[in-house]
Amino acid sequence: MGILENKFQDNVIVASMDKLLGWARSTSPWYFQFGLACCAIEMMASAASRHDLERIGMMPRSSPRQADVMIVAGTVTMKMALRVKKLYEQMADPKYVISMGSCATSGGPYWQHGYHVLKGVDLVVPVDVYVPGCPPRPEALIEGLLKLQEKIQTERPLTRKSV
Amino acid sequence: MNTAEIKAAIMDQFPGSVLESEDLGESQVELKADQWFEIATFIKENPNLSFDQLECITGIDLGEEASLQTRYNFHSMEHRHKIEILISHDRKEPKVASIEKIWRIGDWFERETYDMFGIVYEGHSDLRRILCPDDWEGWPLRKDYEGQELYHGIVIPKMKEEDGWE
Amino acid sequence: MILNIGPQHPSTHGVLRLEVMTDGEIVSQIRPHLGYLHRCFEKHSENVTYEQVIPFTDRCDYLASMNSNFGYVVAMEELMEIKIPERVEYIRVIMGELNRIASHLLALGVYGLDIGAFTPFLYMLRDRERILDMFEYTCGARLLYNYMWVGGVSHDLPKDFETICTDFLDYFEPQIKEYNNLLSFNKIFVERTADVGVIPADVAVSYGVSGPNLRASGVKWDVRKDEPYSIYEKFDFDVPTGTGEFGTLGDCYDRYWVRMLEIEESVKILRQALKEVPSGDVHQALPKKIRPPKGSVYRRTESPRGDLGYYIISDGTPVPSRVKMRSPAFTALSCLDEVSRGWMISDVIAILGSLDIVLGEIDR
Repeated sequence: MGILENKFQDNVIVASMDKLLGWARSTSPWYFQFGLACCAIEMMASAASRHDLERIGMMPRSSPRQADVMIVAGTVTMKMALRVKKLYEQMADPKYVISMGSCATSGGPYWQHGYHVLKGVDLVVPVDVYVPGCPPRPEALIEGLLKLQEKIQTERPLTRKSV
Repeated sequence: MNTAEIKAAIMDQFPGSVLESEDLGESQVELKADQWFEIATFIKENPNLSFDQLECITGIDLGEEASLQTRYNFHSMEHRHKIEILISHDRKEPKVASIEKIWRIGDWFERETYDMFGIVYEGHSDLRRILCPDDWEGWPLRKDYEGQELYHGIVIPKMKEEDGWE
Repeated sequence: MILNIGPQHPSTHGVLRLEVMTDGEIVSQIRPHLGYLHRCFEKHSENVTYEQVIPFTDRCDYLASMNSNFGYVVAMEELMEIKIPERVEYIRVIMGELNRIASHLLALGVYGLDIGAFTPFLYMLRDRERILDMFEYTCGARLLYNYMWVGGVSHDLPKDFETICTDFLDYFEPQIKEYNNLLSFNKIFVERTADVGVIPADVAVSYGVSGPNLRASGVKWDVRKDEPYSIYEKFDFDVPTGTGEFGTLGDCYDRYWVRMLEIEESVKILRQALKEVPSGDVHQALPKKIRPPKGSVYRRTESPRGDLGYYIISDGTPVPSRVKMRSPAFTALSCLDEVSRGWMISDVIAILGSLDIVLGEIDR
């Protein structure tokens, strides 16, 4: 906060700026168009005609550098896991991850005998919102995204976190 | 042509190559591995057989003590007949001639079977793993396969029958 | 120069990695790397019962789950030598053809997207949603249905399904014209796809390319006609083949165009089938645990992507000894290297899109 730090009482200016930023960030989280499996088709369906994700400010981006949210849509395999991690690291902060579908959440139907399936994407990247379903309906994904927006709104990017 | 006629045609050309077995299915023929490349060329080139489609290559593990097997499904678009060829391999050293040069799709099918069973197709130009990562250990579809516990630092949790989570 | 495309790339239709060796802008070799979605379908099917394999077949070809189910149950019924009620056969054909339309719509829409046309994608997905609504109305799921069971289907058709489906077809048929105006006869689209990536017929057969991709090369081969299964021989429909509409026989445009024609044929089949659905039971009386006799079967059916084969080996227990899926997209992708040599990098995207691959089915 620099020079402003001791001039005002903490919670007057900084907090409202925080809110303003939170509001601004929450209403346009561009998501990373990153389809892995079946869920990707539902993600496409939610972006297309009927459900139209752009209503809530979500726009697909093809490059991790331009994206705020990574929707892990589908089964993550061992071969893919390291790439997912790399893609996550390439995204600019602040970044969020939505784990879409039961495969990304826990391995789903491939949990028991899937020798090559990662049992939950949270083993490699931190996850903010889990969307259950196999595959989740577009409505479920949109609900998950709205939950994420709520979460972003409550964040205070300018307030120093107590460690 | 039906299976018996196709079998006879192969036997005529390559005496002693066909194995007789009781429990074969309708269109199945079991062959010895040693002349496989020549037989494959023959059934593709012979105008009466002309199997132009290699439909599928399936690897099979017949059990922990028994042998491995490769099964080839052929179909001829011209004559509308089909055949399934079985070739058994030694479990310790499974190998058979590659037919990649005869049917191009054999390339990927053989790589897949190699990946899953470790059957070596001799003469294949590029026999690498196709589905699993290059540094994967073991042959996943063999009956005695034990999954890896760690892959590049990622834990692969397993469920034990009684204890639940490991 | 070596150029890496994928595994995260919007135009690889999933998680496929291509290692493209180029000389300037011209492609000299492509090495596809698969397996980023290898979900161990075959291992699972060795550990679950015959009925439990069906949900896994759904997830293999997730754009045409009905057809994946269809192939598996047809193979199973051939192995068990059972006859199923006629009503079930009709329902299966209706569902299979509806899903073929849905799958082709997505394939064509996404192909437009690859080439750079965004609007047709929205139009086609709009109509695809209506088909998914019908599926949802019938069996409760939008994408992965687990609808066809060995010896029957999970739910009977709703009472007013026939009217709903006929309404949809009446609405849908004029839409095909709209797609044609939007995309098929669009000059830019034609220029990008005609004459590009020609697959000659003999190369296609040698690579095991099947389905619309094979027919686009001029080979009149359709499993529904040539090795009829279910009740397909009852219906009157054509098998469209490529004609070199705007360029050479077997180019990208032909593959696109054959799919478009196939949608019309599916509508034809649907209209015939809807008229004749007999009444009856949809559950064949089967024991709770299926135990097929010892033996093996290889059966292929026509999925929207081509010959979908299942190789099932039974050892007499309720758990299959081996289930192998011969996936049409796997074979289609294998010819990418040979077909794209000599074309530009941007054409590789056009060729890959025209093959209509689904990674879930390639990697299984």
